[in-house]
Amino acid sequence: MARLTTRLADWFAGEKIPVGDTADRVFDWLTVNASGLFDAIAAGMQAMIDAILWALITPPPLAVIAVFMLIALLLQRHWLTVIGVMLGFLYILNQGYWEETMQSLTLVLASCLVCMAIGVPTGIALAHRPRLYSWTRPLLDLMQTLPSFVYLIPAIVFFGIGLVPGLIATVIFVLPAPIRLTQLGISSTPVALREAATAFGATPRQLLWKVELPSALPQIMAGLNQTIMLSLSMVVIAALVGASGLGVPVVRALNSVNTGLGFESGMVIVVVAVMLDRMLRVRRKS
Amino acid sequence: MNAIEFDNCSILFGKDSKHALSLADEGMERPAIKEATGCVLGAHNASLSVAEGEIVVLMGLSGSGKSTLLRAVNGLNDVTRGDVRVRMGSRMVSVPDADRACLRALRLGHVSMVFQQFGLLPWRSVAENIGLGLELAGATPASRRARVDAQLAAVGLDGWADRPVAELSGGMQQRVGLARAFATEAPILLMDEPFSALDPLIRSRLQDELLDLQRESRRTILFVSHDLDEAFKLGNRIALMDGGRIVQTGTAREILARPANDYVADFVSHLNPLDVLTASDLAEAGKADGSPLPADMPLKQVLSALADNTACPVAGGGVITRDAVLRRLAAA
Ligand SMILES: Nc1ncnc2c1ncn2[C@@H]1O[C@H](COP(=O)(O)OP(=O)(O)OP(=O)(O)O)[C@@H](O)[C@H]1O
Ligand SMILES: [Mg+2]
Repeated sequence: MARLTTRLADWFAGEKIPVGDTADRVFDWLTVNASGLFDAIAAGMQAMIDAILWALITPPPLAVIAVFMLIALLLQRHWLTVIGVMLGFLYILNQGYWEETMQSLTLVLASCLVCMAIGVPTGIALAHRPRLYSWTRPLLDLMQTLPSFVYLIPAIVFFGIGLVPGLIATVIFVLPAPIRLTQLGISSTPVALREAATAFGATPRQLLWKVELPSALPQIMAGLNQTIMLSLSMVVIAALVGASGLGVPVVRALNSVNTGLGFESGMVIVVVAVMLDRMLRVRRKS
Repeated sequence: MNAIEFDNCSILFGKDSKHALSLADEGMERPAIKEATGCVLGAHNASLSVAEGEIVVLMGLSGSGKSTLLRAVNGLNDVTRGDVRVRMGSRMVSVPDADRACLRALRLGHVSMVFQQFGLLPWRSVAENIGLGLELAGATPASRRARVDAQLAAVGLDGWADRPVAELSGGMQQRVGLARAFATEAPILLMDEPFSALDPLIRSRLQDELLDLQRESRRTILFVSHDLDEAFKLGNRIALMDGGRIVQTGTAREILARPANDYVADFVSHLNPLDVLTASDLAEAGKADGSPLPADMPLKQVLSALADNTACPVAGGGVITRDAVLRRLAAA
């Protein structure tokens, strides 16, 4: 009996399922056959990053702060939020992390643009195809639960180092959130509203724009909020592949066991997170 | 001229509808059909025509198939067998056979609907909700405004145009629902228990307003209700449904005078016959002395005539006796 279990265990270990080998082979194949595609993606991402970074770095910091305050005012119409945004940015300026913050904001904004541009249409399509959604759910789960470090490796392989691979890894990790929330919002549109619009002659497109999207807006905004928060949480990890920004001092502090530097830069990340969250909070009056 | 015609219309929900239909044709009831095939019998062999300008009320217990039948008129429910025809201008269009463009034209300009739970878009203002049908038809905001304002005035909501609908009370929300349905100027109106969610006072006021609106604009109305008083107040004719089948169609008088079966008799039993029946409903063959009573004299007045005589002649032939009236009243 004991011999049998040992042999069974040996046989089991001997026949290792080639998860790693397969991944290797897929990535090799992709590097050889799809490099043109990756180069195009990289060029596009780089252009976007450059544009956002330029817009954030070129003007004097106080002008950038004013613009953010204006955005906060328009979105929230709440003076306390506006003042909070101002104080937060002044704190960052005071700590001397302005450039790093702008670089990280660039990563966050770029990731938001990409994730929302892909996530919202995908979420809509999945909400209209419940079957397909039940098939894609395991994939979305996988994308979110695989440790985000794992994405860094192929990101380096395909895109080298810098902000672009950081952005790619961030997007893969964050994308499921806006997809899920959009899908939830669209598919929980009350049937009564859908029927009312249909009864008055709405085409499927009108139904989407005039009923489903407005009805799903709170969830879509929650998706945007999550996208921002999750992207920000990737800032430190992106630093490992050479993405400049607030993650760099954190990683440096870790390598040199520098508690002061670690807390200083960590606090700045917290301040950025709180500010963005307050700016984009959805409050629907009903 | 008819505005809506149901022609042996059957509606089933579920996969094996062919088999279920044949069972329904054999006279099987909904629960047995559900048991045998998994299909729900929504409506079976329903035939009914609604004339232009008429108000017909679909009545019956909960689950009798009223909404199912109503929703076939604008294609919200698919018809399994039979036909539903709706007037579009000078021709009758078959809804089950209509292609997408035709169905859309029908919904945009010929048939509009009022819902029990209002179905208003909560993030929109009152005016934006009323203008929904016009907006979906592609009307510009400027051209919508005039019609929306007219409807606002018609339902007594002027001054509320820019308020969010969520701020309104139930009665006011349903006024918005009415205005939205009237705004498209569709000649046919479908109303699925529009007033059931409202309290009695508001309900009765809205019923009066609906009658006023209907008098002014001569719409054809197919109205679903499970409230007998409402049905008799609004309906020119009433179609009583039971288990997906129409069991009797007629005016309130006809139904009360000659209920088709026990279900119908039961349904109308607590109506006061004095309010509904007339002399001719209770006339019997025979002769009597005295001046004849008009055939359409309400039973209440007939009673006072019978106080002095045991029998009175009825214009157009027949007599009405005190005994017959007493027997009828005792039965109620
Ligand atoms: N989409 C659907 N799918 C399956 N069954 C349905 C559907 N719509 C209605 N039914 C069933 O058809 C039957 C008739 O329903 P319907 O809604 O027409 O009843 P009703 O007379 O309007 O009742 P109520 O007064 O409760 O509104 C019910 O047994 C209902 O469960
Ligand atoms: Mg109903």
